[in-house]
Amino acid sequence: MTLEGLLAAVMLAALVAYALLGGADFGGGIWDLLSRGPRAADQRRAVARAIGPVWEANHVWLIFLIVLLFTCFPFAYAWVSVDLFWPLHLVLVGIVLRGAAFVFRAYGSPASMAQRAWGRIFGASSAITPFLLGWSLGAVSVGRAETAFDPFNVLTGVLALLLCAYLAAVYLAWETDGPLQDDFRRRALLTWFAAGVASLLLLGVAGMTAGRLWDELTTPPASLLVLAGVLLAPASAFALWRRRFHLARVLGGAQVTVLLLGWAVAQWPYLVYPAYTITEAAAPRATLLAAAVTLPFGLGVLIPSLWFLFAVFKRGPDDRGEAERQVSL
Amino acid sequence: MSPLTAARVQMELSLGFHMLFAAVGMAMPVMLLIAEWRWMRYGDGDALALARTWSKLTAVVFAIGAVSGTALSFELGLLWPRFMGFAGPLIGLAFALEGYAFFIEAIFLGLYLYGWERLSPRAHWLCGWAVAVSGALSGVLVVSANAWMQDPVGFRVGSDGLPLDVDPWAALFNPAWPLMAAHSTFSTYQAVGFAAAGTYAWALLRGSRPERDRYHREGLRIAMLLAVTAAIVQPLLGDLLAKRAHLRQPAKLAAMEAQFTTERRAPLRIGGIPDPETGRTRYALEIPGGLSFLAAGDLDAEVAGLDEFPREEWPNVVVTHVAFQIMVGAGVVMLGVAAWYALDAWRRRADRSRPIGRSLLVALALCTPLGYLALEAGWVVTEVGRQPWVIYGVMRTADGVTPITSVAGSLAVFSALYAGLLLILVFFLRHLARQPLDHARA
Repeated sequence: MTLEGLLAAVMLAALVAYALLGGADFGGGIWDLLSRGPRAADQRRAVARAIGPVWEANHVWLIFLIVLLFTCFPFAYAWVSVDLFWPLHLVLVGIVLRGAAFVFRAYGSPASMAQRAWGRIFGASSAITPFLLGWSLGAVSVGRAETAFDPFNVLTGVLALLLCAYLAAVYLAWETDGPLQDDFRRRALLTWFAAGVASLLLLGVAGMTAGRLWDELTTPPASLLVLAGVLLAPASAFALWRRRFHLARVLGGAQVTVLLLGWAVAQWPYLVYPAYTITEAAAPRATLLAAAVTLPFGLGVLIPSLWFLFAVFKRGPDDRGEAERQVSL
Repeated sequence: MSPLTAARVQMELSLGFHMLFAAVGMAMPVMLLIAEWRWMRYGDGDALALARTWSKLTAVVFAIGAVSGTALSFELGLLWPRFMGFAGPLIGLAFALEGYAFFIEAIFLGLYLYGWERLSPRAHWLCGWAVAVSGALSGVLVVSANAWMQDPVGFRVGSDGLPLDVDPWAALFNPAWPLMAAHSTFSTYQAVGFAAAGTYAWALLRGSRPERDRYHREGLRIAMLLAVTAAIVQPLLGDLLAKRAHLRQPAKLAAMEAQFTTERRAPLRIGGIPDPETGRTRYALEIPGGLSFLAAGDLDAEVAGLDEFPREEWPNVVVTHVAFQIMVGAGVVMLGVAAWYALDAWRRRADRSRPIGRSLLVALALCTPLGYLALEAGWVVTEVGRQPWVIYGVMRTADGVTPITSVAGSLAVFSALYAGLLLILVFFLRHLARQPLDHARA
């Protein structure tokens, strides 16, 4: 594998991490917005408890991704910046509002009006941001960024939004118990169905408008990954149905991972279609080398730290009475 | 408004906004470590209450710093795609390393803020160390990129206008970096230290809640540890930076000092309003030979004036000079107050419960915004002083800007967003100050 290919693969890994972790945090915001029924307040509390300690770390995957993009593929970054000027600006507004609303609600005035207002902003920006990120990913896959309502881009955005909501509901079902767990299980199953419908629509639209991407998606090796995704989808729903929440969580994550891998294989060798292939957009070799040699050191500190964070805060459904079980160093 | 002007204003606004929060993200963890240590070592309940309050403040401010920092990593390209197409491979390494440091900061801040009950006191305190160190490191690393824009090395410009013989390590370790990084790191300690100390001085002066006097005094003391250190170190670093500018960026130094003509025994101008049309500076207090001495260590040294440079390569002299006067003026006042405080603390060392004198409290309260004022003014000096270049001597700012014509629109959106958030932050700080003290620890 070439050096630029290796770094593109690292970026893909960061994208997958962002989708699985940061995506679920956005999904949590969506469920906050849609909290309903007698346990609405409990649902919101579960969301806040789940994402509070980790959302900022999860968010850094996006920064990591964008920094690797401008370091290793500066021309692609410049191209995306110009062609996606408005979608990305709106993404930023969404990111800023989501973060600010979350902390102002958590630490600010407990007055119900302020809480409600921040909750709405938090939820709405958690929905809009993944939609716009999905839209942008669609745009660089088919090379169309001019019209806001391009059906392929819009459907990619919708699918991204639904997958975030799906992951969040599955994770939340794993982290809660009792009636609250039932709430999130029901939401997960409904979203699973909605995401399935959106996927089928997207495949139909891709067949009509996605040209090269469609050709690649329907021939091996990308088609094999698409097939794996198709097989994983009912498996994760079945695990949910049977209340095997830990398994559902693993399968749901695998489903999103496989989907992104399939997309990446179909997108290969392009970084932003049709403007730049990975090789055309690559920075000088010395820069790629510097990014590659620092990687093991950076990840060597990062991964144990992340492990520690999740070990402390994500101990799973039996994590009750947390005050008694302190972690010592 | 032209797209170039709009892009510059949007960048200034975004950076100026981000800095307010990033400074807290760098300095507050240091204060938290001191406070928590005092609680662990001496069982000081007020120190714990301070740490708990600061912890909430840091949670909010760090989050806004993180998201506005994300906005910046996109805005570099959204506003300056041609600059980033050129500079990305050179300054990218600094950003990539900063990315790791920031990642560590975010992870351990999550552990710190939400781990009060879940971690043992010692584990919790050690997480605070990870936050303080990685926070300082991410600030230091990101300044490397800016230092490179002041003193670009590690490449030559090819015939197609793109960099050749790229050496990202040379760019990372550019000669301007160490001093600039130290100056900016201490500026965050100074800004946050004086802001916090001033707030507590104000609370002590009002005396409306005498039961909190000890708590406020404790907060003031910890904040002043940072403030006094920075107030002493900063002028020394600043002097070294000015000596560097004399050698490497003479046009910037000339604009800072409103030095229009090249001369020996150049005077130091204190205050004054430069007029670029006539090349004169009015109302300034001039110390003969002062500038020559400060820049080169010799009263008769020659200092380059703006007349050495074509008019179109002048930075905005008025803005650069005035911002520089504000920074230095604020620095001098803070140095004086810091010395007063240190002397007073020395006199009170025998009896720690003796209250701080009223006049010193007033001085400290008046200093509340000065650290931040100096931070922002100093940044204006270095950025406006670099103009018209985005990469000094290599690429003009006008050549780096986006071809998009609707930048005024995105500027309007971001102005509204950031103004709204600042306003809300003020309400949040008031809310936080009214909370009951949290001495408890599960």
